[in-house]
Parts: sequence; structure tokens; C-alpha cells
Amino acid sequence: MATATLHANDLSKNFGNNLAVNDVSFTLQKGEVLGFLGPNGAGKSTTMRMLTGNLAPSNGSVNVCGYDMVNNPIQAKEMLGYLPEMRPLYKELTVDEFLSIAARFHKIPSSQIFKAVENAKDKCGLSHMSKRLIENLSNGYQQRVGIAQAIIHEPEIVILDEPTVGLDPIQIREIRKLIKQIGKTHSVILSTHILPEVEMVCDRVQIINEGTLVFNGSIEELKRQRRGNKLLVGFSNTPPKKDLLAIDGVAQVDIIDKNMRRIHFKEKDLPAEDIVIKSTKNQWGLFHIAPDITSLEDIFVQLTQIEN
Amino acid sequence: MIINVARKELKSLFATPMGWIILALLMFGFGFLYLDGVNKYFEVMSGSIRPAERQGITIFVGQNVYGAANFLMTVAIPILTMRLISEERRSQTLPFLFSAPITLSEIVIGKFIGLVLFLSILVLYIFVMLSTMNIWADIDFGYLIGNSFGLILLIGSFCALGIYFSSLTSQPIIAAISTFIALFAMVIFGNYTASDPNHWFGYVSMAKHFQSFTRGVIDTSDVIYFILFIVTFLTFTIRRLDSDRLTG
Repeated sequence: MATATLHANDLSKNFGNNLAVNDVSFTLQKGEVLGFLGPNGAGKSTTMRMLTGNLAPSNGSVNVCGYDMVNNPIQAKEMLGYLPEMRPLYKELTVDEFLSIAARFHKIPSSQIFKAVENAKDKCGLSHMSKRLIENLSNGYQQRVGIAQAIIHEPEIVILDEPTVGLDPIQIREIRKLIKQIGKTHSVILSTHILPEVEMVCDRVQIINEGTLVFNGSIEELKRQRRGNKLLVGFSNTPPKKDLLAIDGVAQVDIIDKNMRRIHFKEKDLPAEDIVIKSTKNQWGLFHIAPDITSLEDIFVQLTQIEN
Repeated sequence: MIINVARKELKSLFATPMGWIILALLMFGFGFLYLDGVNKYFEVMSGSIRPAERQGITIFVGQNVYGAANFLMTVAIPILTMRLISEERRSQTLPFLFSAPITLSEIVIGKFIGLVLFLSILVLYIFVMLSTMNIWADIDFGYLIGNSFGLILLIGSFCALGIYFSSLTSQPIIAAISTFIALFAMVIFGNYTASDPNHWFGYVSMAKHFQSFTRGVIDTSDVIYFILFIVTFLTFTIRRLDSDRLTG
């Protein structure tokens, strides 16, 4: 049964006259990985800081597992694990020292601290780094320490702010794998401006632009938006535009280059078969026919600019 | 929870050379004052023939050591307090504390206690150092205990003021310099009105309140002065961090 673990109600935040976040509301279900997507400066980090009680909202409320962040901050924070954009690591300490401090701060009883630290290190692949100073770790490993710190107390909700920024592609892949794994046992909110990441890791996406939510739905919905009513067709013996327009269902033909055409068709009127039949009949030399997928970037640009 | 925050502070202090170096320098300073005091005692006392001119060694050496604590601490404490909040602000580690299930008061008081505990090592060291005089003299332990208590209160007030200045800025150096100036002012305040012992300046000045301890007197009004001072600045710090959370 899906139960909600986090409610954000009409969250708003203004810094002076600058409205950074405007009326953002959403719910996070148990065991769900929610992607928070938006261009730089859209209000992602501000929202996350409000969710974790680092920043008081100007308006609205946050409810974590039934505890209100303003009235019961201690209980609410116990349910949360948070990794901000700038990793909050005490670099003069070793991994073990830092993680045991994190465990102690999150009220893990002394007798279980050792176990919790070992567990978190194990999950994040840090076991062989226990005695190293955090300062001397590579960027990717520091990020893992950051994540370990956020999951050490087995919180209901893990909030990660741009966890893959500044990492190399191999590290990014490992961190994503780690996030997916965490998503199996915890609810995760993840912010990013890298689109494919959302597709790979998240169950549900929210796109935020200039402080307002512009899209809230499952990955499937987002993907459906990607496949528009378009075909990308290539002919070695290109027919004139009017011949293509004559085919049933074709609404518009765009010329891409000498051989390639983008064919827009009407809803539910897929003209693919007709194109193939006509092509063989008239020897147009068809060599490519495929749905034209709009890149996520394009959808993103569309969604974030419709609002303007 | 306060204890956990204090423990974290202590761990951080000892994880870097800075804690050790400051402790070592302060111990060197106090050790020097102690030896200097013992030397001077013999010089002065050999000159004073009449018994009325004579003074006990505890108070003589003690005043030499504890009397200078004011100035030594004025230099050392800003360097220690600048780390507490200012440096965390600069290295962006404060969210780690703010998103843990700890209240702001616990964070601030924990940090304060951590630093006071760290400097208590010094107070203990001075106590042990002065106690060694007991090998060949009969010293007044009550005087030492009273002074140690006073020194801890002085350290506490300095730390409280330092934490407050530390919470105002994200530039540790600025925090250190402004704390130094403020502490220096607190210490020398009274000197300007020394001719008029009842001038209100004297009551505000920290030096005057600490002086009664170095004379071997525990006056409740002095104790209350220090405690009020500590509570005031810790409250200011908590308010300041809270306003950070409200306005971002």
C-alpha cells in the first residue's frame, strides 16, 4: 500500500522582493524516488532547504511522516537524511570519526553506533576508506561519505541535492546505482539539472521553473511527451514535398537535409505503412523510417518556456 | 545531545594541529609566568625584612599567573572561537547540524561547552603547576581552587562573546579580529576610570570582576556578572542563528 511520507503544502519563500519558490505543493509516497528537475536558480535547493528545516518557509508547511516541521522539528528531522549541494563534511576527521558523529547526532544508541557506521560504509562502498581523512578522499568518495551520512540512521526519507555534480562519468554511474539501491528501502527526493539522470533513477518527476512547479508526473508521462506525432524518414531518391503531403494522415513535412524528411502526422493516423508502400511503388529509395523522439532537453525547454 | 555536540567540537579541536599548538603556547606562557613568579618571590622577600612586608608564596605567584590570564586569553580565545560558527559557515557544514534532530540551543550550548572543556585542560594544568609549590612550601589550596573557578568563568565569558561574533560573519578572520577588539576593550575598560573605583565603567569591565578572584575572594556579584554575561551572549548567538534560518 502506498502511503505518503512527506507533504509539502503551498511552500513559498521570498528573499526580500525576490520570490524564490512560489506555492509548491507535492506529496512523496513511501518507497518512491522523486526527481526534482529544474534549471539553475529555479528554486530546487531552496525547496530542499525548506523541506529539511534548514530554512523557514515564508508561507506553507512541510509535514514529515505526520510531524510538522515548524511545530515538531526534532521528530520531523529524525525521519530525514539530507545531503546538501555543498557537502557538509568535517574534512579534518576520518571517515569513521565523521560517520560516528553523524550517528550520534541522529540519536543512534551508543551500543549500535559501530554497527550503523559499518552498515552505512558497506552500502556506500567505503569500507576500505575507514581510516582515511575525508580531506584526502577523491571527489567521488567524499560524495559517498556525504550519502553515507544521510542514510546512517535509516531515515524514512533521504533528500539529496544534486548528488552527481562535479563527478566523472564512472563515479556518476556508481552514485546513481547507489541511489537506486537506497530507493528500494527509503523514499528519496533527488534534485538535478541533468535530464537523463532523472530518467534512469527516478519513478516520478517534478519540474520546477522560476519557483513554480510546471510538471508533476511519472517518468512514463514524460516519455510519452517525448514521442510526438513525428516520423523521421530518409529517401535516397527524395520525392517532392507535395507527394508526401498527399499521403493519408500526413499533416506537415519538414525538410532536414537532402535526404531526410520529418513527417508530422495527425493523432492516431500513423502513416508509416503508406509511406513504405508508396516508396516501394515509386522507387523513392527508402532507407530510414523511425519515430522522431524529442530529446528530453527539448521537452524541458518547452516546459520551462511555456510558462514564460 | 549537548554532550554530543561538545564531543564533536573537542574531536575537531584535537584533530588539527591548531588545538595542540594553542594549548602548548598557552601552557608555555603560564609556565613562564609561574617560574618568573617564583624567582621574583625570592628577590622581593629577601629584601623585605619586617614580617609585615612579607606575603605568602601562593598569593604572590598566583597573582603573577592568574593576573596575566586576562591578556593571554584575550589573544588565544578569538582564534579558537572563530572556528566554532564562522568557519562552519564558510565551509558550509552548518546544514549538517541544522538538519540533525538537535535544537539550535543545543548546538550553541554544546559548542560553548566543548570549547570551555578544552580550555579547562589549561585551568587544570595551571592548578597542578601551582600545586607543585606544595613540595617545599605550605600553600593555600583554597586560593587556587577559587582562582581556577574564576578563570573558568572568565574563559566562559570570553568564549560566549567569541561565539557570538563568530555567528555574525562567514569570514573567520573578521570574527577573530572583532572578538579580539571586543575582549580587549572589556579587559581594559576599567583602567580608564581606575581613579574612581565606583564609576559604572568599573562594574561593566570584566577585569575588575576577575581581579577579586585573583585576590582570593569569591564574590557572588562577580559570579553573577560572569554568568549573566555568558547567558546573554549565548542567547544572542541562538537568536542570530535562528534569524538565519528565517531569512536565509
